[in-house]
Amino acid sequence: MGNVLVLAEHRQGALRDVSFEMLAVAPKLAEGMGGEAVVLLFGSGMDDLAKKIVNYGVKVMVVDDPVFENFNAEIYQQALSALLDDLKPKVFMTGHTAQGVDFMPALAIEKKLPLVADAVGLAFEDGKVKATRQLYSGKLNAVVAFKEADTYLVTFREGAVEAPDPSSAGSVEKVDSPVKEEVSYRKFVEYIEAEVGDVDITQSDILVAIGRGLKEDKNLPLVEDLAAAIKADIAGSRAATDAGWIPHDRQVGTSGKAVKPKLYIAMGISGAFQHLAGMKGAKTIVAINKDPEAPIFSVADYAIVDDMFKVVPKLTEKLKELKG
Amino acid sequence: MKTFVCIKYVPDTSEAEVKLNPDGLTVDDSRFSFDINDADNYAVEESVQIKEAQGGEVTVLSIGPKKSEVMIRMALAKGCDKAMRVEDERMYGHDPLMVAKVLAGAIKGQEFDLVLTGCMASDDWHMSTGVALAEELGVNHASMVNKVEVLDGKVKVNRELEGGLLESVEVELPAVLTIQTGINEPRYAPIKGIRMAQKKELNVVSLDDIGVDPAAVGADASGIELEKLYIPEVVSTAEYLEGEPEEKAEKLATILHKGGLL
Ligand SMILES: Cc1cc2nc3c(=O)[nH]c(=O)nc-3n(C[C@H](O)[C@H](O)[C@H](O)COP(=O)(O)OP(=O)(O)OC[C@H]3O[C@@H](n4cnc5c(N)ncnc54)[C@H](O)[C@@H]3O)c2cc1C
Ligand SMILES: Nc1ncnc2c1ncn2[C@@H]1O[C@H](COP(=O)(O)O)[C@@H](O)[C@H]1O
Repeated sequence: MGNVLVLAEHRQGALRDVSFEMLAVAPKLAEGMGGEAVVLLFGSGMDDLAKKIVNYGVKVMVVDDPVFENFNAEIYQQALSALLDDLKPKVFMTGHTAQGVDFMPALAIEKKLPLVADAVGLAFEDGKVKATRQLYSGKLNAVVAFKEADTYLVTFREGAVEAPDPSSAGSVEKVDSPVKEEVSYRKFVEYIEAEVGDVDITQSDILVAIGRGLKEDKNLPLVEDLAAAIKADIAGSRAATDAGWIPHDRQVGTSGKAVKPKLYIAMGISGAFQHLAGMKGAKTIVAINKDPEAPIFSVADYAIVDDMFKVVPKLTEKLKELKG
Repeated sequence: MKTFVCIKYVPDTSEAEVKLNPDGLTVDDSRFSFDINDADNYAVEESVQIKEAQGGEVTVLSIGPKKSEVMIRMALAKGCDKAMRVEDERMYGHDPLMVAKVLAGAIKGQEFDLVLTGCMASDDWHMSTGVALAEELGVNHASMVNKVEVLDGKVKVNRELEGGLLESVEVELPAVLTIQTGINEPRYAPIKGIRMAQKKELNVVSLDDIGVDPAAVGADASGIELEKLYIPEVVSTAEYLEGEPEEKAEKLATILHKGGLL
């Protein structure tokens, strides 16, 4: 029997999107292997969250234990190590998130099980479970097959597939907590909320976004001029915030902000998936990049393949003219 | 503090065209420029800052080809003390668990308080090696770290979660930390450091030298197999604006203006 066990992820009382997205993949995969998809939920006081998942026609196993109050890799690993022995799923998957990447590789080593990280697709083909993943800034895809093993471990990328619609009512089962030992060597201290800056880019109508292509901070006036001409706020990729060109609260993407402006002008940004996840909700997207293969063009409405240093000054000039 | 910092020599593919070799399983990397992985550059800086504040020693560890020694020397020039390079064709590089076993083999038997890795290698994007390495070494860990505070016998670190949220956790030493970009401002190597780096110890070792059984980290030992590589099509529905840079700029300005987008 080939069951697919999915660990749902939640934080501060809410389920993360990836928990639902995995339900677009797991049932199909399980069906191919003659099994079913089962969702595992770790937490403290999980009734409400369990109710949200059970509408997707799956069995939800809830492990309710105060030790799960806040995520702790050591505790998760201990619990999962025991549960994998008990439940023997063919595939065990969770999100490729700050949470998933913090325990899955250690679990793989401990249990001597194979792992595919950051899968964007997962299927049962020719009698094998195969994962698709990306390499080289998204310019290369790989198909990786699991060799025979008791359980295959997978961390699945958030945003890689769309969550399905709720279907039918499944069932909820409570499971005794397998956590026996107190964990002492790693301690959760607190959450620290994102900093708030002078401008809230999630509220901006127009964003001019810069990336590593800006090269140096002395090139910033180029962008500031354009932004001033069209009353836009300036945002950017992680490369731009890491370099200190713009403040951290202006970062767009998975580890920054999700923005929904009417117009997003991306220049010198390659369009890594972590960036796209934060801006593909923009109504109109303009991409200026000198690399025709840059993934940013896959979400653009208007594309300019060229050197931003040649295009942007002219663009600013022309816009000023048109506005009179 | 005795620290190991793991660094990887990676191709810069942000602007390069990626082409496959005829075998369909390897990439033609002859035209790429290689350098230290972005996150590892921040890990090097963090290890040197910790040494400057706490005293101790930093050892650079890298699995890679001879030509990566320029990168290793650069880390030594920035203040790391010595280095070890593992070169062995028998390791299955597609599986981060195998890579972690080799890194662990190189560290085992030596004293350490901290091992720093990058949180992600920009070529293969596994985000798995550091946490696997911790388990293999039998020590604690924290991943996606963007702040480190050294306390007595432990570190307090900030882990970066999604959406700009951070999580502060305490981890007892020894531990592996996977370092996220932006944690510090990586320094440039000083001229004097570059000269001194040439004299620092750089040990080149094979799997046999570090006591790792090649059969335990080879393709047969891995539970996964790379079946194929392919170049995904960039499917774009965008309207491409053509012409000289100036014309493109004019066309875009007109579209934005007339289309009521401003
Ligand atoms: C856990 C994690 C979370 C992350 N979260 C985020 C996030 O929230 N947001 C985010 O953005 N990234 C995030 N990243 C980083 C992400 O993977 C990429 O590294 C980053 O987005 C790259 O930024 P970039 O596009 O500016 O730089 P690069 O990828 O280096 O791209 C630079 C681009 O500029 C172009 N260019 C260069 N010169 C010119 C020129 N003269 N004219 C025009 N174009 C030019 C190049 O062709 C290239 O496409 C995260 C990574 C990790 C591991
Ligand atoms: N060949 C290697 N040599 C040294 N360190 C490596 C190597 N491969 C991966 N690492 C380390 O593991 C980190 C994460 O890699 P990955 O899990 O592949 O994303 C990198 O940032 C490096 O610190």
